[in-house]
Amino acid sequence: MENQIFELQYALDTFYFLVCGALVMWMAAGFAMLEAGLVRSKNTTEILTKNVALYAVSCTMYMVCGYAIMYGGDILLSSITGDGVAGAAEGEAATYAPSADFFFQVVFVATAMSIVSGAVAERMKLWAFLAFAVVMTGVIYPMEGAWTWGGSAVFGLYTLGDLGFSDFAGSGIVHMAGASAALAGVLLLGARKGKYGENGQINAIPGANLPLATLGTFILWLGWFGFNGGSVLATSTVESANAVAVVFMNTNAAAAGGLVAALITARVMFGKADLTMALNGALAGLVAITAEPSTPTALQATLFGGIGGILVVFAILTLDKLKIDDPVGAISVHGVVGLLGLLLVPVTNDGSSFTGQLIGAATIFIWVFGTSLIVWGVLKATVGIRVSEEEEYEGVDLSECGMEAYPEFTNK
Amino acid sequence: MKLITAIVKPFKLDDVREALSDIGVQGITVTEVKGFGRQKGHTELYRGAEYVVDFLPKVKVDIAVADSVVDQTIEAISKSANTGKIGDGKIFVSPLEQIVRIRTGETGEEAI
Repeated sequence: MENQIFELQYALDTFYFLVCGALVMWMAAGFAMLEAGLVRSKNTTEILTKNVALYAVSCTMYMVCGYAIMYGGDILLSSITGDGVAGAAEGEAATYAPSADFFFQVVFVATAMSIVSGAVAERMKLWAFLAFAVVMTGVIYPMEGAWTWGGSAVFGLYTLGDLGFSDFAGSGIVHMAGASAALAGVLLLGARKGKYGENGQINAIPGANLPLATLGTFILWLGWFGFNGGSVLATSTVESANAVAVVFMNTNAAAAGGLVAALITARVMFGKADLTMALNGALAGLVAITAEPSTPTALQATLFGGIGGILVVFAILTLDKLKIDDPVGAISVHGVVGLLGLLLVPVTNDGSSFTGQLIGAATIFIWVFGTSLIVWGVLKATVGIRVSEEEEYEGVDLSECGMEAYPEFTNK
Repeated sequence: MKLITAIVKPFKLDDVREALSDIGVQGITVTEVKGFGRQKGHTELYRGAEYVVDFLPKVKVDIAVADSVVDQTIEAISKSANTGKIGDGKIFVSPLEQIVRIRTGETGEEAI
């Protein structure tokens, strides 16, 4: 009888991992639509190609070596046996299928990588980006993942878990890391032509399809239930089921708080209800709660999301003032608010500390930003990372993909 | 024969079409255009950055008419497209040298 219950729990937890992983995979569609909606028509095919390709590259590289770097084991997943019960570690039988663990983890890698694609949109060479993706998903992300969720010491010097660092679903490990890589790329890439004027002017380059951008945001919102919910890592006990329910509830509340806060902030500052700020606000709320969605109350989650929503508007404006061109606000949403998410953890979680969070944030940022700067730098010096001025003017759809997203204007 | 080109506000297109139909005009060509006259553009806002939109969307209506109905046509368009507010548009009349109906090969006023 006991064995049957164990088998049922194993099956349920495995199923839960797989469904949550599938929801996080769906976030790839969310990013693709959000970004496609916020770039110009002439650059739409390229950003879609970038998004589908980076997802595939992430899955492949993480399978080849990333997962092994992050959690130990052999490359090419050769140490994951098909039967979790037989492949036990440290004498404890696994409680869910090892392949489900890989599947759940791999979609997080893709999410981190996807953050970069929006920030470098409209002027980066597609293949240079994919080359970076190979390194980011094969090495850079897995290394900092090993130091955090993997529990390894940082180059043997210190262990973040011992210092009280806590990041439930990855505000820092996934979102801030992705934004750090994006920031490194954007600094070496430069702003889009015509974005910043000579007298400190900031020129608007409006997105071509706000319905897609909105759809993308809602898809991300839905997928995030898997992102945070699945990070409970189980659902087959009363305790874990309760935790899952709280996480879903708080994730949703934070998004709502973030959206309303950003919308009101935009209204107050610009006199209009800026939809793109509202969308970024919802995502900011989600990022803010991701480091700790299980301990806050629903009200706290809403407020945390709200702080993220206000912060993201100011971050977006500040980046533009610093002439750091981020067409979709990725660095603001995932980087600035990712850090906020980490720092909010000790407010409701006694097991963590501000010091621990700061050390963890610094570790992740320095590693990812530093190594990304090197990789982008090498790419820039060898193959170049930016398209030519004429290609940027004509649109990267033509130069990188040879295919327009909306060809009927000239072709019919 | 004359080619009458009218630039009007997009939401007035249906009224213009009806008015033309009422005076017996049987064919028109409509193009979506953008432009400005003395009506200035407006400012829009995108993520905190203001930008000026000089052009306004308009609709261009091209009609080929016989000389005898030019004045009626102008009047019909003027009345139906008028709102009294700035940006109502303009009507241009230019001489039309030749018209050909492709299906039948008719030319001149018979092809109108």
